[in-house]
Amino acid sequence: MRAVDAVMECLKAEGVDVVFGLPGGANLPTYDAFVDAGIRHILVRHEAGGGHAAEGYAKATGKVGVALATSGPGATNLVTPITDAMMDSVPVVFITGQVRTELLGTDGFQEADTIGITMPIVKHSFMIQHPLEIPRAIHEAFHIARSGRPGPVIVDIPQDLSRAEIDYEPVTDLRLPGYQPTTDGNQKQIRQAAKALASARRPVIYAGGGVINANAAGELTEFCRADRFPVTCTLMGLGAYPAVGADGALDPQWLGMLGMHGTRAANYAMDEADLICCVGARFDDRITGKLSEFAPRAKFIHIDIDPAEISKNVPAHIPIVGDARNVLAKLLIEYRALGADPGRLEDWWTRINGWREKHPLRYEDSADSEIKPQYMIEAVFEATGGDAIISSDVGQHQMWAAQYYHFAQPRRWINSGGLGTMGFGLPAAMGAAVGCPDQLVVCIAGDGSVQMNAQELATCAQERIPIKVLIMNNGYLGMVRQWQELFWDKRYSHVDTGEFPDFVKLADAYGASGLRLHDKRTLVSDLRDALALDGPVVVDVRVTREENTYPMIPAGQPAREMVG
Amino acid sequence: MGEPGTKETLSLEDLDAVVGLRTGRKHVLSILVENKPGVLTRIAGLFARRGFNIDTLTVGPTDDEGVSRVTLTVDGAVHPIDQVTKQLHKLINVLKIRDLEPTDTVARELALFKVAVDGGQRGELMQIAEIFRGKIVDVTKRAVIVEVTGTTEKITAFESMVRPFGLIEMMRTGEIAISRGRGET
Repeated sequence: MRAVDAVMECLKAEGVDVVFGLPGGANLPTYDAFVDAGIRHILVRHEAGGGHAAEGYAKATGKVGVALATSGPGATNLVTPITDAMMDSVPVVFITGQVRTELLGTDGFQEADTIGITMPIVKHSFMIQHPLEIPRAIHEAFHIARSGRPGPVIVDIPQDLSRAEIDYEPVTDLRLPGYQPTTDGNQKQIRQAAKALASARRPVIYAGGGVINANAAGELTEFCRADRFPVTCTLMGLGAYPAVGADGALDPQWLGMLGMHGTRAANYAMDEADLICCVGARFDDRITGKLSEFAPRAKFIHIDIDPAEISKNVPAHIPIVGDARNVLAKLLIEYRALGADPGRLEDWWTRINGWREKHPLRYEDSADSEIKPQYMIEAVFEATGGDAIISSDVGQHQMWAAQYYHFAQPRRWINSGGLGTMGFGLPAAMGAAVGCPDQLVVCIAGDGSVQMNAQELATCAQERIPIKVLIMNNGYLGMVRQWQELFWDKRYSHVDTGEFPDFVKLADAYGASGLRLHDKRTLVSDLRDALALDGPVVVDVRVTREENTYPMIPAGQPAREMVG
Repeated sequence: MGEPGTKETLSLEDLDAVVGLRTGRKHVLSILVENKPGVLTRIAGLFARRGFNIDTLTVGPTDDEGVSRVTLTVDGAVHPIDQVTKQLHKLINVLKIRDLEPTDTVARELALFKVAVDGGQRGELMQIAEIFRGKIVDVTKRAVIVEVTGTTEKITAFESMVRPFGLIEMMRTGEIAISRGRGET
């Protein structure tokens, strides 16, 4: 069969049920193979939309996402999603077309050095040089993408090689002698960690996206509840520990998100902790603030599947390399065997509860019908019953969503954390909705961000992908405006986007339902009505124009210097 | 799942951190890599984007044609060596990394020196070359090329000796290194 038909067989063998892509010259053979392959292909309107959709699919389902593009501009349009997937450890396989081998290196039409361009932003890449390499490369790409610390993998296939006839045999063995992720966790170190936790008087569990990648939310929750451990999650980790219980009340051990726009309780607890147990997070600058003054009294347990993360930013006292699910399960057994006295945490909880009472998340609500952005998120939480998959773009709306939408389950919060990619939310919601057709998928977007991939509304309309896009519209690039207000003497420079475009008309043009809301008093019921509409929906929610996201650790400051 | 732990208590005070190691000395990393396209670019790119500086780099075949050996030297005063090696380990095509201990390692580099000497000084230069067990590999009326093999320190010492003659140019291969004793590097 043709090599491209073998590619289809490989995709099926990997359990791929859907791919996102856009055809072009160099991947015409691949697209010919799709005609008979029986794999759902979703035609996106821009390769970046396809890449983010594959990410959203992967984040929502836990399976490997797949995105396709042609050579040259098709591949370069994938650079942002690939980087995004690298920064947030998202398992995605990108298959790109390349010019014919005889044209390689000649600046041929639509030639770009895809492998070279993407080398710093992939977990691994395969440059196909012989058609017989193709099946093995596809399988190894999937294995590398999903195992260990997940990430993006590219397979770049020259057009002529993809047309070649090959004898296809299913590949059953992988030949990756240099790739053997450590997953078990050292038992002695785990025991040491249990003992440290048992003797800690001011412990904090700090969990990140790695817990979600490892499908370890259940293990994390069980471990935290083995004692009364205070727990906080990073932006990427939201949902790893249930913020709210089945009754809708906030979980007593949940401190809220930590970091730049985290709660005071979470950040102050980190600041005063004597032991911090980090699981699947990486002490990013948005968490630590000023590194030299971060958690000055704390010792650190660091559990991560990637050994290079351990002691990268913050020296670990008890490093544990392993899969969070394995390690947490073992840690629970060790910890229970110690029979630690929960009473030792009494003073610590008194202190934490003091911060919670004094500094809850709060905002001044409007006296009239004006919709405060924070209220909009509360209304979305209420209208969805707290049970939707929420994607977001990047900016103020993202932070408010993270603060005010309380996630009770993993894989319900899909956003771009590390790279901070505006334009991520809408296509990611599309991918999530394709992966989870039985779930309500809501994109909370900014009016700035949403336009960066609004073209995918056409895809949603054509494919009947019923995402609900709720635009928090303040007519500003809001987060930049906030920084200009706070740190640049309110000298607003190119942040006012005005009334453009008319999102209702835009939705209509794309074949989606569009409506506009500006009354707080009916917002929850209006949102319920909008969410109940069939097909893709765009809701332009007009919110207070100049509202700031608080609280906030100013960049480069320690946690105690939180403002707002 | 392992045995449940003993109930000995543990004092948090006694815990020591594993810090990023800046050793303050030169490190010779001997790296076995799969002989696949782009491997060297991946290694070099990793150094560049993490801000690590490679002092010397050599690449050559091994007795296994599917495997190449990269020997590179890094300044452990400037870079945390453990971060360098951990990041290298993340490259899929990297099979093995050995941070060679200077005392258990034989390291050599080869250098060619083109020195501006005429008849009057040639004898003196040849004497110096002999002391360093160097070889004169080419002589013309106004220049001599000397080949020297040895440790980096020896070659640097030779350089300082011939520089006053008028050093036209110098080429060095960078170090290769092999561990002492019976075991494989």
